[in-house]
Amino acid sequence: MQVLSKINKQSSIFTSLVSVFLGLLVGGVMMILAGYNPIQAYIALFQSAFLQPFDIGETIRTITPLILTGLAVGLAFRTGLFNIGVEGQFIIGQLAAVIVALKLDLPPVIHAIVAVIAGALGGALWAFLPGYLKAKRGVHEVITTIMLNFIALYLSNLTVREWLTDGADKTKEIPESASLHWNMLSQLFDSSRVHFGIFIAIVAAFFMYYLLWKTTTGYQLRAVGYNPHASEYAGMNVSRNIVLSMMISGVFAGLAGASELLGTAGYQAIQASYTGIGFDGIAVSLLGGNSPLGIVLSASLFGILTYGGSNMEYVAAVPREVIRVVFAAIIFFVAANIVRWVAQRRKKKVIDKGGEGK
Amino acid sequence: MNAVEMKGITKRFPGIVANDRVNLTVKQGEIHALLGENGAGKSTLMNILFGLYQPDEGEIFIREKKTEITGPNIAGELGIGMVHQHFMLVDPFTVTENIILGSEPTQNGMIDQRKAEKEVQAISDRYGLKVDPRAKIRDISVGMQQRVEILKTLYRGADILIFDEPTAVLAPKEIDELIVIMENLVKEGKTIIFITHKLKEIMRICDAVTIIRQGKFIGRVDVADTDESRLASMMVGRDVSFTVDKKPAQPKETVLSIRNLRVKNSRGVDAVRGLDMEIKAGEIVGLAGVDGNGQSELIEAITGLKSAHKGEIVLNGKAITNLKPKAITHRGVGHIPEDRHRRGLVLDFSIGENMVLQTFDQKPFAKGWTLQYPQIFKHAKRLIKEFDVRTPDIHTPARALSGGNQQKGIIAREVDRDPDFLIAAQPTRGLDVGAIEGIHRRLIEQRDKGKAILLMSLELEEVWQLADRIAVIYEGKIAGWVDPATTTEEEIGLLMAGGQVGTEVSS
Repeated sequence: MQVLSKINKQSSIFTSLVSVFLGLLVGGVMMILAGYNPIQAYIALFQSAFLQPFDIGETIRTITPLILTGLAVGLAFRTGLFNIGVEGQFIIGQLAAVIVALKLDLPPVIHAIVAVIAGALGGALWAFLPGYLKAKRGVHEVITTIMLNFIALYLSNLTVREWLTDGADKTKEIPESASLHWNMLSQLFDSSRVHFGIFIAIVAAFFMYYLLWKTTTGYQLRAVGYNPHASEYAGMNVSRNIVLSMMISGVFAGLAGASELLGTAGYQAIQASYTGIGFDGIAVSLLGGNSPLGIVLSASLFGILTYGGSNMEYVAAVPREVIRVVFAAIIFFVAANIVRWVAQRRKKKVIDKGGEGK
Repeated sequence: MNAVEMKGITKRFPGIVANDRVNLTVKQGEIHALLGENGAGKSTLMNILFGLYQPDEGEIFIREKKTEITGPNIAGELGIGMVHQHFMLVDPFTVTENIILGSEPTQNGMIDQRKAEKEVQAISDRYGLKVDPRAKIRDISVGMQQRVEILKTLYRGADILIFDEPTAVLAPKEIDELIVIMENLVKEGKTIIFITHKLKEIMRICDAVTIIRQGKFIGRVDVADTDESRLASMMVGRDVSFTVDKKPAQPKETVLSIRNLRVKNSRGVDAVRGLDMEIKAGEIVGLAGVDGNGQSELIEAITGLKSAHKGEIVLNGKAITNLKPKAITHRGVGHIPEDRHRRGLVLDFSIGENMVLQTFDQKPFAKGWTLQYPQIFKHAKRLIKEFDVRTPDIHTPARALSGGNQQKGIIAREVDRDPDFLIAAQPTRGLDVGAIEGIHRRLIEQRDKGKAILLMSLELEEVWQLADRIAVIYEGKIAGWVDPATTTEEEIGLLMAGGQVGTEVSS
């Protein structure tokens, strides 16, 4: 009993693992109900994510933006903010990157670097607005970020149609000089679309860890997140830290957008609705316990499920929507903290029995 | 007859034994105090009696009958009711609605509001509670809300009432009224268990006391056979002195002077209205007054947490009016804040991290942009040892520490920065006698080191014991200065209420 209660206190990893397992189980039950063979489907899923070098490369490509949007959500969470606007910041990151890629004429490498930085700054700017409104006017960031998501989506569509093209549905391909495509890496994985973005994502994860737990800035960000009143008392600038936290979060989101655009898509298209990568960041961060390592791991899992899931459709003929149900179920179990609940019930039962024995 | 008898109750939580073979015997119709320091295990014992926890060992007898209380419902059936310290009321509901919540009388599936109101009124009249059944909770005072809590237990037929530190939230006059109510309840045959660490109240109303210390049963005594200092030493485990030992102050140069200060409160109304004050090195100035007369705003203005729209605050000859909190801290102001959870600590940080809340970005705790954790932890370890902060280690979250130890941590941090001027706002609120004694000693020690100290407390006695001069604040102004050695309760009381007194002691 002691062991179990210890586990549920200390280890959110345990919670996460159990939730993943239960999530897959729910997906399996769904498949049985719909008349598919879940074992076959899951084997197909994991095989198609790993079997060939090409698939491994594509899986990594899928993981890349999820790490970055997960970090964006996680950093904001750690500092007491709920950034639902990662989706919008992601779109602005894409837009800024594509503009730099198409409108500027720079030498290779430098062009890509400038485009990535533009994406990061675009995301930061889009996150600055809700941060500033929260710090100065007390407007809740959930409201403003949701609204800014819509603005970002339609602003991007408008820009693509009216400025970057002549009423077309998508922009031209970006020039080679701005691309994050890296031949050597791509060839390593059998010409898959894996690109330099994965390194950006890994560095960002290290950066988040270092920033939050090793620097004076991180100390302040965390203090303000936990208790703004005590932070004010201690002489910290609460408003500045809220804005800063949102902006760093926005940088991660913008990097996700830039790396997706410059590495994977190569153009910006008019979108009828969100890509969902920003919203998936919330799930990634939640499952990863808002810690950089956890986020990298949970992004990997979601990436595997997403990429493998799309192949599962071809191999086992199971519709990929099932995988979205698995996602939702995992998050449901994490949020409900099912492990703790079971532990508590068991504890209670043991005590009740002990009482009867006397 | 014994209303309650708990024998050899043991309750273990991971890592601690909260109750170690505790006995509690409460006779029918008495007011029985359960006395112990914060964290002694009083609440655990009462939660067992109320069915929220199950004991690992031990037996419980209610009215001489062995019982197992497996849940609050069972406790309710046995006639045990709890008046919680933190009220569990629905603010926009009326008194009656709150009382019937969960056991609404119905007629044809509709709540019988009129019948309920009548019943509530009847109970209220019987025990002299004077509660208006139709008033909304949000419109009535804290004291009245507490009576609603009492009514709730009575409505459910409780005749053994547990009062969990009921006086902590009440003003002196409300305490008097509560005591009358408790006496009425006992007169009507109810039994009361009174959880507290306030000795005066025990001496005043209780019949018997059970003392527990660090989870262990220390003893049961009749109030008639004991006195305050004996109770205190049983509770703390050593002799406690109620008088503060101190030499006469030797005030030197003026450290802080405030001239014609005006500060608005959060609603935009002037809370400090043209206040003047001087504090010298080596003295404690006590700020006495009824809550809400501008004390908090004055302190927040001095520390830069609120801006003053008129007047001047001068520290060591230099104006610090409306500087940023950080700048004021750096110029030598220490601040033990009124609300230690809201202002004083980041509860989710470790106690170690909390020790550098203002100094984390200075050498040696930071080198450039990076924190130097070895230095921070070394510093924290030293403070924790020097100030006797009881914590498993420096990595324990501040939240997990007892109130007294949290406060000791804050005092350690503030005093160690070696400020010229130290503000102590309600430094012992909610603490028990043992902890209070230690904190008082620290403040005197700082005074003797030549610091200027402003002590704000709503406990008149505390101000009286510690201060070398007392400033009485009334409606945002110093209504008068008195000398604690010669003043009387009447004199201070009169000043606190806005009356005029001829004598002025300004050294």
